[in-house]
Amino acid sequence: MASVGIRDVKKSFGATPIIHGVNIDIQDGEFVILVGPSGCGKSTLLRMIAGLENITAGDIMIGDRVVNNVPPKERDIAMVFQNYALYPHMTVADNMAFSMKLRGAPKDEIKTRVDKAAKILSLSPLLERYPRQLSGGQRQRVAMGRAIVRDPQVFLFDEPLSNLDAKLRVQMRTEIKELHQRLKTTTVYVTHDQIEAMTMADKIVVMHDGIVEQIGAPLELYDRPANLFVAGFIGSPAMNFIKGKIDGSGFHADGGFNLPIAGAPAGSSGKSAVYGLRPEAIRLDGAGLEARVHVVEPMGSETQVVADIGGQNITCVFRERIQAKPGEVIRVSPDAKLTHLFDGDSGKRMAA
Amino acid sequence: MATDSLAVKPARAPIPEPSAWDRLRVNRNWLGAWFMMPAMAFLVLFLAYPLGLGMWMSLTDMRIGRGGSFIGFENYVYLLDDRDFLRATGFTLVYTFIASIFKFSIGLYLAVLLNNNMPFKALIRAVVLIPFIVPTVLSAVAFWWIFDTQFSIFTWLLQKWGILEKNQLINWLGDPLLAQGSVIFANIWRGIPFIAITLLAGLQTVSPSLYEAATLDGASKWQMFRFVTYPLLTPIIAVVMTFSVLFTFTDFQLIWAMTRGGPVNATHLMATLSYQRGILGGRLGEGAAIATAMVPFLLAAIMISWFGLQRRKWQQGENND
Ligand SMILES: Nc1ncnc2c1ncn2[C@@H]1O[C@H](COP(=O)(O)OP(=O)(O)OP(=O)(O)O)[C@@H](O)[C@H]1O
Ligand SMILES: [Mg+2]
Repeated sequence: MASVGIRDVKKSFGATPIIHGVNIDIQDGEFVILVGPSGCGKSTLLRMIAGLENITAGDIMIGDRVVNNVPPKERDIAMVFQNYALYPHMTVADNMAFSMKLRGAPKDEIKTRVDKAAKILSLSPLLERYPRQLSGGQRQRVAMGRAIVRDPQVFLFDEPLSNLDAKLRVQMRTEIKELHQRLKTTTVYVTHDQIEAMTMADKIVVMHDGIVEQIGAPLELYDRPANLFVAGFIGSPAMNFIKGKIDGSGFHADGGFNLPIAGAPAGSSGKSAVYGLRPEAIRLDGAGLEARVHVVEPMGSETQVVADIGGQNITCVFRERIQAKPGEVIRVSPDAKLTHLFDGDSGKRMAA
Repeated sequence: MATDSLAVKPARAPIPEPSAWDRLRVNRNWLGAWFMMPAMAFLVLFLAYPLGLGMWMSLTDMRIGRGGSFIGFENYVYLLDDRDFLRATGFTLVYTFIASIFKFSIGLYLAVLLNNNMPFKALIRAVVLIPFIVPTVLSAVAFWWIFDTQFSIFTWLLQKWGILEKNQLINWLGDPLLAQGSVIFANIWRGIPFIAITLLAGLQTVSPSLYEAATLDGASKWQMFRFVTYPLLTPIIAVVMTFSVLFTFTDFQLIWAMTRGGPVNATHLMATLSYQRGILGGRLGEGAAIATAMVPFLLAAIMISWFGLQRRKWQQGENND
């Protein structure tokens, strides 16, 4: 096991810069998730850690060794690919044993290691099958098994669950998390699914267009997003943004209504700002704002309502079951303690 | 419960037993047989009939312009004692064997080479195809000159490099052994593109992430070829080598254009010998017997590749990726 350091790493493909200086520190044994919209450079960063892509500038360290010019096989990392990349002509057992065979490990050691990994992943009955004869989830587990057998310093996962159906994905999420708690191997995991990130990570790195927007624990990102991008990316359904001005100890929306805030930073009165309101921070309140209902989506445990407040569509999530029909008016008010304020120009979080 | 309500339902009129015709109508095998009819008709007309006729002719003493009478296996018995026939058979086997091995190794090597990223990739691939595009007779004529006693470029090169004395000549196509080597060389040259390009197509179906996985697993370039590329290529290798062996074994054009089977019948293949005896010599029965004698060899080659072609275990099972 080892820590991973990423220092001012940049990457260009030809003349096109893709990653513009990224700094991430990953502690020994940590489960870190890189998350961000498609094309933001997550896979590229992961492949640079693996050594499959060379580094344009900066340093990548594994342990305290700079590995910029260390070939992949000497980095002691294992990677699970998005398409699993299982060798189709090898059985499950051979797939898992391949790296050890190449290293010339003794047969019985290979067997014990493969058997142990198979047991951890409940693959034992499938060892003689070929990848074609496996379901998607089983293949995914074989891909993980191949990584476990190596007993590497660092696990790298590139969207390993994106090919699975919703239910299996939830199940595998738990399994990967459990596996990590058991093996305690430093893990870097790429996904564009923020729910995966929230549920699995010790630490989330939010990336956007080749830069890091924020690094932090899942709830930290949820409670204190550093800027509009993170605020909009983390949390589902996404945060509502309302443009307006800070007005003394309140917020005056451009739509002509007032919203409560937890507290304005000193000397900010009159400045333009963006009011961030999570759907789940909105309560039904007989004395609240008028909201004209557009869409009601009962989800079972909660009800999601899209309603028009002062000319802007706001998504709300209520624990209560509400019977409102489209066109009706309900009254709601935000929970002032759970609101966010962002600078109108820079989009940065305004300290309360 | 649902089962209760099912139980009290009144019985419907029983579904009538399907008649034999009904069953036949929806039988996929029966339908499949009908769809195969046109192709079957073609095969019978243009393959089975000539083949059957040839085999029948080989059992007669037919000559050009004169219908023959049935003589049983006399032609074959005669051929078994015929030195030229035995020699042609032997040379056909050697020719096929040596040429196939070289074509396979060089073709595979070229394919792997061409699969790498390199400048002018498309151009180089096109160049590799040239021997395949040029009509056989044309390339044979070119080889005729290349192996000409007076003007051979090889002789010239050997002289240049000082291996041969000035004015010392090599009778490439005049010496039996050299002639055999020369026609094999020409066949290899001509056969490589087909194998290289087909294998290249096969190589391109191998997912690049398998190579990345192998890289991380610590495989060297050679190990990657040996344990990933080669096994994944075996199905295509089986197909392409079957074709290659069949084409080489039945080769005619190249030999006929370069040596006509000479010198002293050293480069006769079974196909050229059959043509010479049957058409030029007019002894149709004997020519047909030589041609028919090729069939067991071809069948053996097909049998071998049939086992090679069987879907490997790892190719079986559902394909849902
Ligand atoms: N080999 C390459 N050559 C040129 N550009 C590339 C190459 N690989 C990736 N890119 C570009 O780099 C950017 C980042 O790609 P990357 O694969 O890292 O995205 P990602 O964050 O993993 O996205 P996704 O979630 O869709 O997988 C993209 O704009 C992509 O077009
Ligand atoms: Mg990606």
